[in-house]
Amino acid sequence: MKLKALAFLGLRRRPLRTAALVIIATVLSAAAFGGQILVRSLQRGLESLEQRLGADIIVLPEGAESKVDLQNLLLQGTPGYFYMDKSVMSGLSKINGVEKLSAQYFLVSANAECCTVQVQIIGFDEESDFTVKPWLKEAYSGALKENEIIVGAGLSTRVGHTLSLYGVECRAVGKLEKTGTGLDTAVYATNETVKGLIKASAKQGIAVLSKQSPEDVVSSVYIKAADSADIDELTAEINKELDGVQAVRTKSMMTGTAEKLKVFSKSVTALTASVWGLAAVIMLSSFYLYANERKKEFAVLRAIGFSRRQLGGLVLKQSLITSGAGGAAGVLLTALVILPFVRLIEQKAALPLLLPGWFSTLLYGAAAAVTVLLTGSLSAALSAYKLSRIDTGKILREGC
Amino acid sequence: MRISAREISVCYNKKGRRITALDGVSFTPRAGELTLITGRSGSGKTTLINTLAGLLAPAEGQVCYDDTDIYRINDKQLSAFRCKNIGYIPQGASALADLTVMQNILLPSALAGTDKAAYAEQLVKTLGLEGLCRSYPDELSGGELRRLAAARALINSPSVIFADEPTNDLDSENARVMLELLKTQAENGAAVIAVTHDSTALAYADSLYSIDGGRLIGKENGYEAALCRPLVS
Repeated sequence: MKLKALAFLGLRRRPLRTAALVIIATVLSAAAFGGQILVRSLQRGLESLEQRLGADIIVLPEGAESKVDLQNLLLQGTPGYFYMDKSVMSGLSKINGVEKLSAQYFLVSANAECCTVQVQIIGFDEESDFTVKPWLKEAYSGALKENEIIVGAGLSTRVGHTLSLYGVECRAVGKLEKTGTGLDTAVYATNETVKGLIKASAKQGIAVLSKQSPEDVVSSVYIKAADSADIDELTAEINKELDGVQAVRTKSMMTGTAEKLKVFSKSVTALTASVWGLAAVIMLSSFYLYANERKKEFAVLRAIGFSRRQLGGLVLKQSLITSGAGGAAGVLLTALVILPFVRLIEQKAALPLLLPGWFSTLLYGAAAAVTVLLTGSLSAALSAYKLSRIDTGKILREGC
Repeated sequence: MRISAREISVCYNKKGRRITALDGVSFTPRAGELTLITGRSGSGKTTLINTLAGLLAPAEGQVCYDDTDIYRINDKQLSAFRCKNIGYIPQGASALADLTVMQNILLPSALAGTDKAAYAEQLVKTLGLEGLCRSYPDELSGGELRRLAAARALINSPSVIFADEPTNDLDSENARVMLELLKTQAENGAAVIAVTHDSTALAYADSLYSIDGGRLIGKENGYEAALCRPLVS
């Protein structure tokens, strides 16, 4: 008989009670870890989007929103395309307050034999781009040549392999980090490559452009305003000066997503707090009731020679075992449920989710487990305090 | 070890009524003797041994073991003292439900940090608990639980043993075994104090006391003259 084993023996002999305590701790831990991961993923998703947009104003063809959901196309990478006359570039360059501008081409690969997968193809100008290149650098630092592409993290194409787009074999020279958005399944290339793909699409009998030549169009123009410029005024001026286009302030485009994220984040936090609070109350009550149930046992232990401190240690040890096991189980369960299904949650919530890195995830997991351990310890401490105050003589005399 | 209780009084409230369980009791049981305390239900027998065993602090008076007032030392010291020196057989079932019979018996020795496995085997045999070592308390009869409590109280070979109705739930044969065991402990030098209703126990007593209304009346060596021994401080 080892004194150290006393805590384990007590738990082993009462499997139902032990299981109930472990389950409560599991719920606490899963709520803390899952909630934290979801909220943090949402914040990171939005931060990533803000970082990637990189421009103050986006100029698009008027009526583009009738063809695709602009927000989904630009922020989520939902496949779509539209074009406007390239002359818009010269018009924009004449407007005061425009510091930098760069055109992009959008194209969607066909869901046909000529293409490996249906993806959003984004073309950018090697010379003038200031929105895509800064973060493309993380995947490929050189200049992209014709028919070279950088692929999103969500595509299975590996660096050095090719992707067939409208019958053109495009070689992947880099692969981007995960963004947590639909842009993870996008392909980036130079404008020249995309123009070539537009032409190739015509040869495949898929007319992306009906009348114009790809040389005469662009899909969008990204504008960096001068420091002295008022962005709202500049947006209004572009809309006034140029026909057939619409200028949108990127920040306003993000507002809807940010608002949605705020609501979702608040809901997750409220739900997490409710589940956590409820589980914590159940845990405290369980230990309290458990303490009542054990009064006779503790009176006997006192008679044998256990000190109050030793009894407190026994209760604490049992709590650490159950809350430790439950805490770890909760973290593991959350990892098994949330991490693999984050894409599904993203789709259902229509919000960008970008999971924290492994180290941060581990830290959140550890924090959740420690929180559960502390809650368990607090419950045990209250229970131990109650038990330490028992009148041993009275309980032994009266048997209750 | 010399035990002395001096002018101890214990009061408690029961359903709003103030009960005086012990009223200025002075008592000095002797080492090497089996002291029996008899009395009606509610007369204060259990309260007296709980107070002497360091489990119930008196409102007034002192309980000294040699020169130490046990209610003036801290909980850790008192608990360690109890573990090493006092064996206590409580009234009613007191086995720890989560432990086997053998684990129950060995618990005080584990707490004291000693290995008493061989002595535990001997006690199990003496008390007729062979074959039950791996059983759990809920598989035992009332009599077997009493014997288990006795074995657990004796495992650390304490110098003072308190037994609250030790023959309750026991058949005559097991009651005899129990009383002989307590008598043997006394003969080996322990101070054994038992409270009982069982008249068969009187034959084993070296000293006999009666308690009534919280007051102790001493009778020595087979109903001799009433005597309260002089207190030793």
